[in-house]
Amino acid sequence: MKTKKTIIAIASGKGGTGKTFISTNLFNALQKSGRWVNLVDCDAEEPNDREFIAGEFHQSFDVTQKVPVIDESKCTYCGKCYEYCNYNAIFFLGEQRMIRVLEDQCHGCGACSVACEYDAITEKDDLLGTVASYKVQENSMLIEARMKVGVHSPVPVIKEAIKAANNADVVLLDSPPGTSCPFIQTVATADYVVLVTEPTPFGLSDLRQSVDTLHSMGKKCGVIVNRAGLGNDEVYHYLQKENIPLLMSVPFDKSIAMTYSNGKLVSNESTEWEHKFSQLFNIILQENGNSNN
Amino acid sequence: MEIAIISGKGGTGKSSISAAFATMQPNVMLADCDVDAANLYILFQPTHEKEEVFVSVYKAVIDKDSCTNCGLCIDYCRFDAIHNVDGEVLIDETACDGCKLCSRLCPSEAISMIPEDKSRMYSGTFRNGKMVYGRLSPGEENSGRLVDMVREEAKTIAKANQLDTIIIDGPPGIGCPVISTITGVNKVVIVTEPTLSGLHDLKRTIEVCSKFKLTTMVIINKFDLNADMAADIETYCNSLNIEVIAKLPFDKVVVDAMVNCKSILEFAPESEIAVLLKDAFIKIKNN
Repeated sequence: MKTKKTIIAIASGKGGTGKTFISTNLFNALQKSGRWVNLVDCDAEEPNDREFIAGEFHQSFDVTQKVPVIDESKCTYCGKCYEYCNYNAIFFLGEQRMIRVLEDQCHGCGACSVACEYDAITEKDDLLGTVASYKVQENSMLIEARMKVGVHSPVPVIKEAIKAANNADVVLLDSPPGTSCPFIQTVATADYVVLVTEPTPFGLSDLRQSVDTLHSMGKKCGVIVNRAGLGNDEVYHYLQKENIPLLMSVPFDKSIAMTYSNGKLVSNESTEWEHKFSQLFNIILQENGNSNN
Repeated sequence: MEIAIISGKGGTGKSSISAAFATMQPNVMLADCDVDAANLYILFQPTHEKEEVFVSVYKAVIDKDSCTNCGLCIDYCRFDAIHNVDGEVLIDETACDGCKLCSRLCPSEAISMIPEDKSRMYSGTFRNGKMVYGRLSPGEENSGRLVDMVREEAKTIAKANQLDTIIIDGPPGIGCPVISTITGVNKVVIVTEPTLSGLHDLKRTIEVCSKFKLTTMVIINKFDLNADMAADIETYCNSLNIEVIAKLPFDKVVVDAMVNCKSILEFAPESEIAVLLKDAFIKIKNN
């Protein structure tokens, strides 16, 4: 049977619920079983997957955007570029004949270049971050999106990293937290979304928001409850009521926390957990198949 | 005085610690700037005295009747947001960055910019003072601007009500909303945890704070889950002259407090964590 490529995003509204824990262990269990799987660390603001996955550096490339450079010898201070810029990235005082590009604000849309009628605007590349890939097994790769410190949005770097992962049977996307733009860009390409939560009021509140967002995007999702045993039962009632599958439950266990804190994988330390993560993948495939019916 | 509580890594206990600081003394101004996942309203259930619309962005929308499918907009769009699908020009709303260039250039004037106006800012009163919080509608961006709006409102309310301490609960990460949260505050407290990820994220967060030359302190939460890693974090902080103002043990009572919609100071004022946080708060004020 020929299997089609499956893209699975691992996400959570609340930060620190265990996205990286699930992503890295799922990846590890799959690559050990001989699957061709790529893991993309899309948490470009704070990428951490590489602490858990040893890989051989393969290649990296820079992600840049175009920012304008104004040649003041050609500029007539007409102000049209200032008017076209929707991001307040051009500081302009017409009477004082003063014009500056605020590169931190620029989104690289190119509107100012189009606006300028005097050829006074050229563009240069501005570094936003890097995408690096690491070979883990014959084919399997870890691909890391890393935003440069001080850059405002991780989205362009995330987009390029996902594109770079496009050639495997299974692609896992370790998503950034939240439900705003970086999250949307990550899950938009996924066939199935795994939401990781913890059984606390904060966890549930953020889970609801993630589920609502995914449903409005027409994405199917399932939930993993991490640190089960802490908090209360509200999350289970919610899942039942909304008819959302509980894919896996990871108990709160100091030895799991210790393994994670040292940058180690529980799926390497214990065959029981390796098996559980292989099982998790089968459950996801099943749920994803069901959702297509 | 504005005190921002942030953490590079999510889920380190930032909001629980912010809640504790917000109940340390009466008459506090609390600003929840984690606009992407605002949670403190769950604990404090503030009144809604004011609600304001926040327009995050204007997105391009094509009027199909006017569009001639000439494709000029496709050539100019730098966000790969416009595509010709079976002869019809369509805009991918998710990819649109709102730069307005397509709308300006369209020869048929078929593209207009529509505001995304589902995000809100709320302000009101809670049991220990005043509170402002933002809620970014899912999928929206420019949360940094919403953070700016929340902080401005907090400052205005604090001034009007003579509240001299503003506690800001910040977002995770190091991007735009974090930069908006910490710019110009008096003190930054970074909450971290004793994991390799915690340490890596802390380094990046400190790097951002040092760019803005802020007085920065660190709290290591759940330090006893890996005391060796906690020691490494402390050594790292000391090497940069950043004070570790508290090392909090792991205690289920923190989650119990949250389940009961109370801060740890309200729920278990005599607990070890509450005592350590009281001490940390004095250090923050005096540093």
